[in-house]
Amino acid sequence: MQATQAPQALQTSLGTPTAAAILFFLAIVAVTLGITYWAAKRTRSTKEFYAAGRSVSAFQNGLALSGDYMSAASFLGIAGLVAMKGYDGMIYATGWLVGWPALMFLIAEPLRNLGKYTFADVVAFRLRQTPVRIASAVGGILTVLLYTTAQMVGAGTLIKLMFGLPYQWAEVIVGAVMLAYVLFGGMIATTWVQIIKAILLLFGVTILTIMVLSQFGFSPGNLYSAVAAKYQQAALEPGGLVTSPVDAVSLGLALMFGLLGLPHILMRFYTVPDAKSARKSVLYATGFIGYFYIIIPIVGFGASVIVGRDVIKGIDAGGNMAAPLVAEVLGGTPFLGFIAAVAFATILAVVAGLTLAGASALSHDIYVSVVKHGQATEQEQVKVARISTVVFGVIAVLLGIAFKGQNVAFMVGLAFAVACSANFPALLLSIVWKKFTTQGAVWSILTGAFLSVLLIVISPTVWVDIMKNPKALFALRNPAIVSMTAAFVVGWLVSVMTKDAPAEAKFEDEKLRTYLGVGAE
Amino acid sequence: MMKPHELLESADFKGLVKKRWAISIVLTICLFVLYYGYILLVALNKPFLATKIGEATTLGIPLGVAVIVISWVLTAIYVFWGNTTYDSEVKKLKDRL
Repeated sequence: MQATQAPQALQTSLGTPTAAAILFFLAIVAVTLGITYWAAKRTRSTKEFYAAGRSVSAFQNGLALSGDYMSAASFLGIAGLVAMKGYDGMIYATGWLVGWPALMFLIAEPLRNLGKYTFADVVAFRLRQTPVRIASAVGGILTVLLYTTAQMVGAGTLIKLMFGLPYQWAEVIVGAVMLAYVLFGGMIATTWVQIIKAILLLFGVTILTIMVLSQFGFSPGNLYSAVAAKYQQAALEPGGLVTSPVDAVSLGLALMFGLLGLPHILMRFYTVPDAKSARKSVLYATGFIGYFYIIIPIVGFGASVIVGRDVIKGIDAGGNMAAPLVAEVLGGTPFLGFIAAVAFATILAVVAGLTLAGASALSHDIYVSVVKHGQATEQEQVKVARISTVVFGVIAVLLGIAFKGQNVAFMVGLAFAVACSANFPALLLSIVWKKFTTQGAVWSILTGAFLSVLLIVISPTVWVDIMKNPKALFALRNPAIVSMTAAFVVGWLVSVMTKDAPAEAKFEDEKLRTYLGVGAE
Repeated sequence: MMKPHELLESADFKGLVKKRWAISIVLTICLFVLYYGYILLVALNKPFLATKIGEATTLGIPLGVAVIVISWVLTAIYVFWGNTTYDSEVKKLKDRL
């Protein structure tokens, strides 16, 4: 079939800002800024700034959750992984979905019923505010910073590859545009940006999939045959990605339970009116995200046949340009421009969601709850939220520039490891266990946060691959199986050793609210 | 009219909470068997996933897709139960307050 195509024959306009790319890019920015202007007029109170007035519908929130979750890394990265490594990329894709059912079964409703703006509201519901808020904010902000750094570095590199824009410029543009969304439009604008991005991404990848399949008589079987003809049957078999069962399960735990501790995802549950809509929104999100991860491998396999691994590797060693390249071959420069603009919108939206989550931890958890002991006027709270947003936006840009050229792929894994070790155990225990104490929560969060960071530094991922030491001090590439277990054990042990009478007394109120939604905001 | 404390102590409330967690835990176990079963299959029995089921298509491909589809179905089961049975029980209990 296409196997005879000469690899060097491809002329690509990747890296040059074509008219189509700029046009689509400007259109997306114009529409989203227009929405921000509209949203800004509806963003006066904290409830509107952090939670879009709790007026987002289940379907809208389902799309927005998908938007927050489907990053450029998963769109370009998984397509690239499948193109370069074949079936192994597909194994990776499944791991990104399985957190959603767990989120639904374990924490979605209690989270919606107990919280106000952040997941720390739930952990601190009946525990002592000051220590628990500070600890939760440490876990939350650490997760968000790691995730943001990975996204910003990815953003700079991708935009440089696709538009030929200098790295620093790309950082500043992403920072400025997303800051405009969050600062003026708060959660209302951020939600709409996520919705638009999710629709564009799902639409773009669907078109791309149809175009790829059209080359193979709309039969995935023919596509796989072509892959096998060009790269041997091995491309369709599990390879070297998953070898050690313990390592594989540890990564799986981080991907699954990390979702249950991602502050920017958890905060979306406060934007819907009640538990029923929260449930429905998870079902929509799981549907969209599942669909996305089912069709992305087709794009990756298609790229390996139609574009070829040599050409993809020649443009970006990581394989990240597989999807844009196949878009260009099949749809020409205009379609490449569209896909590039969609990738750009994807980055903007994810960073906006993260910034809002980071800012809410700073302002709602630290400033209002700890510094002001909950005694702050609406006006003051919104003002502090906006200041925190600017602080966080500037930090994001600086982190992106500081880590230029560094290998930050491990930071996404680390963000998930911290989320599942620091944030998730305390969240779950505070919901289900009457005898969970303030000290138990604080020690659980700190153990999870510091252990996961420490273990990943001395793991093969950082100790060997980045710091070039000969042998790792800790064998697992992802520490979740150890650090998450330790966080649960420490939370339990410290709670058994301490007593928190006020917390136990408030458990009845909490139960009424957790299960029946009585008093839920 | 019932006091919140009486309601929390009532057999109906306790039964509902118990049922809610029973369903959650059973579904979580299904999810674990599904996903970690698949991952362990990848780690321990690669030849099985490499079995050809078509000209070139391997068994691993539909199995990977099935993990995603079944995850969605499990979510749908919970949401359906939550939005019908659970919510109507909740409404009945809340009316007693």
